[in-house]
Amino acid sequence: MSTTATPRGLGPVLDTRVAPSSGARVVEAQMPDLLLTEEHSLCPGCGEPLAVRVFLEAITELGLTQQAIAVAGIGCYTAFSGSIDVDLVQALHGRAPSVATGVKRMLPDSVVFTLQGDGDMVNEGLQEVLHTAARGERVTCILLNNGVFGETGGHMTSTSVLGQRTKNTIDGRDAELHGYPILIGDLISRLEGVAYVARGSVHNAGAVARTKRMFRRAFETQTSGAGFSFVEVLTMCPTGWFVPTADGPGELQRTLGEVHVMGELKVDGKIKTTEELHDENVPRQREIEAKFAAGGLDI
Amino acid sequence: MTATTSSERVLMEGSEAIVRAAITAGCRFFAGYPMTPFTEVLEHSARLLPDVGGVCMNAESELEAVGMAWGAAATGARAATGSTGQGLSLMQESLSELTLAEVPLVVFNMSRSQGDYFQATRGGGHGDYRHIVLAPQDVREAIELTQLAFHLADKWRNPVLVYGDYLLAHTQEAVAIEARDFGALPDKEWAVDGSRSGSGWSATVTPLGVGKTGQRQFGQEGKAQYIATKLPLLEREVRFETGHVDDAETVIVAFGTPAKFVKYAIDQLRADGHRIGYVRPITLWPFPYDAVHAAAANARVVGSFEVSTGQLVDDVRIAVAGQAPVEHLGGVSTDGSGFGVGRLLDVDEVATRILALHRGEPQPPIPGYEEFTYELAAHQQEATP
Repeated sequence: MSTTATPRGLGPVLDTRVAPSSGARVVEAQMPDLLLTEEHSLCPGCGEPLAVRVFLEAITELGLTQQAIAVAGIGCYTAFSGSIDVDLVQALHGRAPSVATGVKRMLPDSVVFTLQGDGDMVNEGLQEVLHTAARGERVTCILLNNGVFGETGGHMTSTSVLGQRTKNTIDGRDAELHGYPILIGDLISRLEGVAYVARGSVHNAGAVARTKRMFRRAFETQTSGAGFSFVEVLTMCPTGWFVPTADGPGELQRTLGEVHVMGELKVDGKIKTTEELHDENVPRQREIEAKFAAGGLDI
Repeated sequence: MTATTSSERVLMEGSEAIVRAAITAGCRFFAGYPMTPFTEVLEHSARLLPDVGGVCMNAESELEAVGMAWGAAATGARAATGSTGQGLSLMQESLSELTLAEVPLVVFNMSRSQGDYFQATRGGGHGDYRHIVLAPQDVREAIELTQLAFHLADKWRNPVLVYGDYLLAHTQEAVAIEARDFGALPDKEWAVDGSRSGSGWSATVTPLGVGKTGQRQFGQEGKAQYIATKLPLLEREVRFETGHVDDAETVIVAFGTPAKFVKYAIDQLRADGHRIGYVRPITLWPFPYDAVHAAAANARVVGSFEVSTGQLVDDVRIAVAGQAPVEHLGGVSTDGSGFGVGRLLDVDEVATRILALHRGEPQPPIPGYEEFTYELAAHQQEATP
């Protein structure tokens, strides 16, 4: 970093006449416009900051900044309520979709989205998101799905996969005892008022890019007035999954991602089930794995 | 009749008058879930709000009703929700947190009895909070207090509850509905509208004490302390009515529609020469402790008439502070459905009870109690010490 002496000899100060060194430039260039600070209080390896970043970028790219209003649920991601530069209403656990409904009905030209986790949306507030979807409310509900109550330290949610070890399913989620995971996107996609449903992920760069396209489509769906839009994002939670930080993406792919399969579940009225996505994705995945095993990818 | 405002008196049931009063006060959003005797408030809202460009949501549950109204109020719009006490029980988590979030929501309780007094004044929800609670005695007063409710909610950024009942909601009175000016209010610069997003000064409406990076941070403790220092100021809004208290040997305290029966009975007893007076709290919180205390200073006995097992009587005892004995005069009384007006709410019944207290005679039994008196089983009999 270059420094220079002030004319009056007050000692070296930063020279602001020249561009900062590359490291500082990278931080500045990489931080989304709608983020007030690059700091966050979530765990290393958490996928939620990535998901937040992606929808903030989508809002900016679509030029919707000055219409955007967030309604936050209660979970780890609530920590972003102070650092995302978007008007925000904090809702109670599970109640964000109805609060978003009230906001949107009073401000029909705004772009209203909820920010909820699987514990918030699929456990505590399942009826809220379903009713809001069935009403065809012109809002976008965002689900950050990590299959675990992260904020309490790793407990089973309604999206936890069978066999998943959590602090209250210590021997793994057992269907006999704990029931089956809810594929929330499939529930929502079947409702008439729903225009767009997608399930993304942030476990690798390709998934992040694909998820951003999903957010763009969802917000465009909202501004077009077509109906309710929904984006689920699978996020890593190495802390709540009890795996090393660097294993988060792999663990996501092996467990959560095998059940809550990535893809678009409803586009232009056409519904695709998670099962169908699975049938499409898995052979492709196996093919890639086979190519890897055979000595490299030819892409 | 389509116009909301009317300077001519029109025969109108209480629920319609309340909705028209709310609209006249600028209410543009209502969300509710049907439940007797609140249902007509929802019906009239659904019918009348669209005419003025407003929105009425048929919420899928009380939880969603209060959530929707929360969101609407967070945009700065005047918004309301409501139910019976039962439905309000479902809303309590929100009704508590709304106070911390400083969302100026108006809430109607068309109750099934006066047994929601504790729910209204002590808070049925968690944590440290108070709502201003207005208790109209009739349709005419309900119009004024509904309009006042929206003003007070905005003035203090605190929820305001209007406590009515079956009788209020379903009684027709000849009333005029005109806009009232309660004074200037500050701009709602705290409200969200999206326009400040991306400016570095976006708005946050939250019970959690979180401010945007660079803005004031309350923190959880700070926000609770901030509210704690606001609550004493709300006590300035105390409202009450007194009658014949100056020389009263017996003072009766009553609120809501039963208070109108009490006042009528006392006027008649006065005409017969009995020195009896009354205090009618119009705000149940803040409670008119000083007014009740002053009225009791020279009284022989104080009675609390309420259609419940005795909840208001607690506040009356706090207010009287031992200056005179305090008796609970009322009891549980509804129609067969459990929603409506019972046999106790009758001027002769009320007058008989007040006169018995005045004369130091035992209270007559509550109609129905003799048939349904709880009887101790043999194994429950305790030896008398």
